[in-house]
Amino acid sequence: MYRYDEFDATLVKERVDQFRNQVERRLSGALTEEQFKPLRLMNGLYLQLHAYMLRVAIPYGSLSSKQMRKLAHIARNYDKGYGHFTTRQNLQFNWPALVDVPDILDELAEVEMHAIQTSGNCIRNVTSDQYGGAAADEVADPRPYGEMIRQWSTFHPEFSFLPRKFKIAITASDNDRAAVRVHDIGLRLHKNDVGKVGFEVIVGGGLGRTPYVGHTIRSFLPEENLLSYLEAVLRVYNLSGRRDNKYKARIKILLNAEGPEEFARLVEAEWAQIKDNGIDLLRAEISRIQNYFAPPPFEKLAVESVEMNEQRAVDGDFDRWLRVNTVAHKISGYAIVNVSLKAIGGIPGDITDAQMEAVADIAERYSHDEIRATHEQNLVLPHVKKGDLYIVYKRLKAACLDTANIGLVSDIIACPGLDYCALANTRSIPIAQRISERFANLGLQEELGELKIKISGCINACGHHHVGHIGILGVDKKGEEFYQVTLGGSGGADASIGEIAGRGLSSNEVVDAVEKLVAFYRHAKIPNERFLDTYRRIGAEPFKEALYAAA
Amino acid sequence: MKVITGNRLSDGAVVYLSGNDQWATRLTDAAFFDKADANSVLGAVQIREAEIAEAYLIEVGDGGVLAGREALRETIRKTGPTVRSDLGRKQEFKQ
Ligand code: SF4
Repeated sequence: MYRYDEFDATLVKERVDQFRNQVERRLSGALTEEQFKPLRLMNGLYLQLHAYMLRVAIPYGSLSSKQMRKLAHIARNYDKGYGHFTTRQNLQFNWPALVDVPDILDELAEVEMHAIQTSGNCIRNVTSDQYGGAAADEVADPRPYGEMIRQWSTFHPEFSFLPRKFKIAITASDNDRAAVRVHDIGLRLHKNDVGKVGFEVIVGGGLGRTPYVGHTIRSFLPEENLLSYLEAVLRVYNLSGRRDNKYKARIKILLNAEGPEEFARLVEAEWAQIKDNGIDLLRAEISRIQNYFAPPPFEKLAVESVEMNEQRAVDGDFDRWLRVNTVAHKISGYAIVNVSLKAIGGIPGDITDAQMEAVADIAERYSHDEIRATHEQNLVLPHVKKGDLYIVYKRLKAACLDTANIGLVSDIIACPGLDYCALANTRSIPIAQRISERFANLGLQEELGELKIKISGCINACGHHHVGHIGILGVDKKGEEFYQVTLGGSGGADASIGEIAGRGLSSNEVVDAVEKLVAFYRHAKIPNERFLDTYRRIGAEPFKEALYAAA
Repeated sequence: MKVITGNRLSDGAVVYLSGNDQWATRLTDAAFFDKADANSVLGAVQIREAEIAEAYLIEVGDGGVLAGREALRETIRKTGPTVRSDLGRKQEFKQ
């Protein structure tokens, strides 16, 4: 795993000291809120409905046990005993006092964590495929590239005042796990005809008010040119992106105004100018960074574990959990474990201090000290020996972290919504909870198969509703909560933006609506067909009819 | 009628301007203003920078019940997240 060098440590320390001073001046009244707000946002500190909220960066979603324990410590001592994992692989604390924030940032710095690049019109923390270094299907480990982008983008003087925020995501397999087609820049690792590693570069995707699936502007970028090419894209955007209207300032608007071909031409022209200016890392430096992410000392194991197979034969719940929550590892005898933060009826992404510690303990002992956060608001233990899976399952179960629902109907993404968020129109969490309770039966959920429900409490789309197979968007109708349903979205390799199904629904109706859609799908599907594929095969109309049919 | 609300600077807690010109944590302690007065009082408290992060007006009906378009938002601010019965001001009210 990457460790901070002296340069990083000094940088973060200086930033915390500076912020401590700014907080003191704010508390004394020497700084006004207007002056202070941009300063606190640069340090990830927002003001929400009930309190301040601190957004902690987890670059490319990678955490050690020590870091997770520190988050637990902060949750317990400075907050109300929990944290919330977001769709950007960040962790949010919902109740820190302003007076404590400098101390919290000092505590984070002790474990090489911070809240930089979690706010503002800069290049935000890069997000990544959560299975880096573990997945059987990965082309190359995405984390070294995430780290290169982190080093390049942190406090990049030219790109610290962009027209709008800027999000980059990387996936390491054809099976897109990072929603790369709906980011400002999406990078898909793949190999060209001669087996060289590089990226497909996808630009101009995004959700929010004007959702777009991104366009591929380069189908193969050699890995060693990553930074100069990103710089070229950012330069074109920084120069020509609109600054007059916040809603038209994202790169997706520029790309669609210019047209993808013209945009690609501009980038290539810029790249030709700067390509050889020493922006790209030298081979030796790339290798040095890759070495930070060298595989842990894996053991030589048989593909199958006799022990695991015996236990699954007698424990049906364990068997289901294995089927639903574990994924193939690239090393024989190992598995990737997904830890669901979507207990039935729970709050998506929330985790208590004790649960954080439980995950940290399990990871330390059974997963080479590694934990990942996913953009679907779950956690991952990337390297577990198959022979340890039963004990890992038991220990997760003891911490109420054993819900076997990854990718299923109750694995719902929901933003904080009006329960916390100052920008919200409506609540999101209660809708997620009620849908989850409606489909509580895990056997039925597994039978329904992959079904992604995503909920946002306003058009900012933090809950990625546009790319939900079923998306739910909260809208305000004269002070009342209403919900608009979208159908057929996907954030995967087959990315698409969901279509609005029809009139808005009340909070009671929307839970019934999901049930109707699911019932119709069960009736209309052919064997082994996902909800999304049925929808794509037969089209929107029959689903809409089922949804709005009189009861 | 209007009430002046804000988030306390030190910890972000939801507060209301009370009759004795202090910040109270309960809506029941808030002072009511009619529209005309509300804006000038708001202007006067907004410059008390060392006390609050943000202050604005909210609408209340008879008996100080939250009203208007933002009633749900303000109810949630008043009592805490609706999804956590253990957090926010619900506890205090139970006593
Ligand atoms: S989608 Fe809207 S309501 Fe939800 S967290 Fe984002 S800004 Fe807040």
